[in-house]
Amino acid sequence: MKTLTAAALAAVIALGAGQAAAAEGAALPKYDWSFSGVFGKFDRAELQRGLQVYREVCSACHGLKYVAFRNLEALGYSEDEIKEMSAEYSVVDGPDDEGEMFERAGRPSDYFPSPFPNDKAAAAANNGAAPPDLSLMAKARPGGPDHIRGLLLGYEDPPAEFEALEGLSYNLYFPGNQIAMAAPLFDEAVEYADGTEATTEQMATDVASFLMWTAEPYLEERHSMGVKVVLFLLVFTGILYAAKRKVWSDLH
Amino acid sequence: MSGLKTNNAVIRWIEYRLPIFSFLDDAVGSGYPTPRNLNYWWNFGSLAGLALVILMLTGIMLAMQYTPHVIFAFDSVERIMRDVNSGWLLRYIHMNGGSFFFIVVYIHIFRGLYYGSYKAPRELLWILGVVILLLMMATAFMGYVLPWGQMSFWGATVITNLFSAIPLIGESIVTWLWGGFAVDNPTLNRFYALHYLLPFVIVGAVVLHIWALHRFGSSNPLGIEANGPQDKIPFHPYYTAKDAFGVGVFLVLFAAIVFFAPNLFGEPDNYIPANPLSTPAHIVPEWYFLPYYAILRAIPDKLLGVVAMFGSILILFVLPWIDRSPVRSAKFRPIYKQFFWIFLADCIVLGYIGAKPPEGIFLIVGRLATAYYFLHFFIIFVLSYVERPRPLPSSIGEAVLKGGGAAPPAAMAGEKA
Amino acid sequence: MAHSASPTHSGDGETRRDFLYLAAAGFGALGTAVAVWPLIDSMNPSAEVLALSSTEVDLAPIEVGQRITVVWRGKPIFIDRRSQEAIDAARAVSVEDLPDPQADEDRVQKAEWLVMIGICTHLGCIPKGQTAGDPRGEFGGWFCPCHGSHYDTAGRIRKGPAPKNLFIPPYEFTADTALFIG
Repeated sequence: MKTLTAAALAAVIALGAGQAAAAEGAALPKYDWSFSGVFGKFDRAELQRGLQVYREVCSACHGLKYVAFRNLEALGYSEDEIKEMSAEYSVVDGPDDEGEMFERAGRPSDYFPSPFPNDKAAAAANNGAAPPDLSLMAKARPGGPDHIRGLLLGYEDPPAEFEALEGLSYNLYFPGNQIAMAAPLFDEAVEYADGTEATTEQMATDVASFLMWTAEPYLEERHSMGVKVVLFLLVFTGILYAAKRKVWSDLH
Repeated sequence: MSGLKTNNAVIRWIEYRLPIFSFLDDAVGSGYPTPRNLNYWWNFGSLAGLALVILMLTGIMLAMQYTPHVIFAFDSVERIMRDVNSGWLLRYIHMNGGSFFFIVVYIHIFRGLYYGSYKAPRELLWILGVVILLLMMATAFMGYVLPWGQMSFWGATVITNLFSAIPLIGESIVTWLWGGFAVDNPTLNRFYALHYLLPFVIVGAVVLHIWALHRFGSSNPLGIEANGPQDKIPFHPYYTAKDAFGVGVFLVLFAAIVFFAPNLFGEPDNYIPANPLSTPAHIVPEWYFLPYYAILRAIPDKLLGVVAMFGSILILFVLPWIDRSPVRSAKFRPIYKQFFWIFLADCIVLGYIGAKPPEGIFLIVGRLATAYYFLHFFIIFVLSYVERPRPLPSSIGEAVLKGGGAAPPAAMAGEKA
Repeated sequence: MAHSASPTHSGDGETRRDFLYLAAAGFGALGTAVAVWPLIDSMNPSAEVLALSSTEVDLAPIEVGQRITVVWRGKPIFIDRRSQEAIDAARAVSVEDLPDPQADEDRVQKAEWLVMIGICTHLGCIPKGQTAGDPRGEFGGWFCPCHGSHYDTAGRIRKGPAPKNLFIPPYEFTADTALFIG
């Protein structure tokens, strides 16, 4: 009990100290996303390219467990295309009548299978640092999509005096400047289905945009509903103000 | 009894057996005489009520979708955000509704401080308000734990550990709060039950608060009692219309945040599932707890820090007896007015410090601001004896209708002619 | 709202005032109604529930005379590979005399395969008859233990309080022995 409390307290103290010690990464470069702003919308082609980058590069280590194949309809894919895409994955189902788990082809109602069966396996396969699930990454880091894009573009040669720990890579924008993930993108890492030139910057931008969609799939509905609601409320408030003036006018 | 007049037979039939219509009319209708000079700072009580209703309605719907279990809690919130019809909307309204409830209530409290609304005979009204604030804080804290993100978990750990500062029985209390030896499933489960229960307790406290309010009626910007019909106007239609306009403005701002910056008040870390083995580098409470958090951290001793933190709220209970000045409104207390603004600035500084690491200049400023927070109450105690208030108008009617005197009425009353 | 305690105004002022009150009340009512809808709609089936609205069944392992139960949208689906006697019994009945007249031919796509939602049309219990040793009722089909409804080998109500035959879910044979429900 005592040790637990002590541990918790140590955590409280450590977090204060940790804040002091954590060297912040360099300021993230701001990108002008199509979805930012009150009227912002996703760029479907960008999302589709981002999905391709995720599937061909990121998915080797990172899961996307809150995204179902059926959700990809929002990216502009048809029902048949989604069926086809989901069938390329094999998912674990069961138990069957013999009590065994079995693998079957994915269906649109399935979720993206994670590359590792659990976090411990993920950590074990990656030098102790489990690659985080990416579904919510764009909301789980300060800077959101700018953080993801910056991180993917932030791999450089370390400054002369910098000593990176064994197995870690130098990254300009990562807090502490060293990250367990080796640079995942290089030019032409994927061959885009729509023929766009796959520069590192293009891929980083596309996948960051795609991950914003996975984190906030209702962003467009939220924006368009918001514009209507706020306009309605402004008119309503105007009427209420006029009514209030009218009510009070006989007092003076 | 307002002498409810109606020709509607159904209303008369019900009214005869259950006088609910005259009750409502007396509470918020034409049967409730209200000082004629209330300014827009008096809108925030009804706004707080609205925020509470919005939170309870969305909360009940969210409760139907949420799973209070450490394995499923985070996923069930994501299911709400992704699969439940309008789930994202309900959750963002509920999440930000909490922040707006606190914004509105804090303004309501500072209005009370500025205009001396806590003074006799409204001490109990004020005390009930402080009770509501404490209930709100408990509810908000437990609600923040429910999504079971990193901030949820570590916030729960840190705050429940505050009780371990109590000598002798502290550790047992913390174990009892947790239902185990760490924040875990039993903790989450009971926080969910209490998060659902406490809002209804708040409603009960609000009923008492309004009941006490109606005993002597609203205070007013002049701080003198309203006497006679020329000082008063019926609540309806005058203040229903004014409150309705306030509601409109509130909803515009609320909607702007919900739809265009729903995560503004949130912490990115809470979109990471709780991990009991790894504390986030930056752990901060929700913004409305930051001043108390700053006070907690300003004091190097664990027990004293906790005492100071709770004391910063509990001292409000005895405020009516600390401030002994017979004059309520700061309008007529030139020195108190200065100290009011210094106190407000001090609270804002504490809030800023609460979000910063407790080191270097932040620690020094935090300590000074904490010391001043408590010094303020000593200052106003002394002030109530030494300050010479400006002359009070003899009646609200005189001040509002005739103008002149100590305070320019138009600017003071705040309402358009 | 329109009958306020305020002193009377004449002519235009009054019209304008009434208009303002009406507009405010109208906007308020409309806004409230629109705002309430998301609260109600959140209780409707959510996206992931709707996504699981179909079930596929492999019929190959089922023998003649065997009945199996699968789940579709959370409901039990009775699949009966009927014997020739059972089919004959179902088709020998005079349709007009039934409580819910329906020919056996209208209840199956292939005579051998009877596919039904296994929920009694009375008050929602699950009729007995799926496993060996279950009571099958007086007509060799299914028997609901809750209030004593007897169903025949076509799943039609023959006796008891149930008003309707067991319902047929939407289904199709995607291959000879592959069934797609939904």
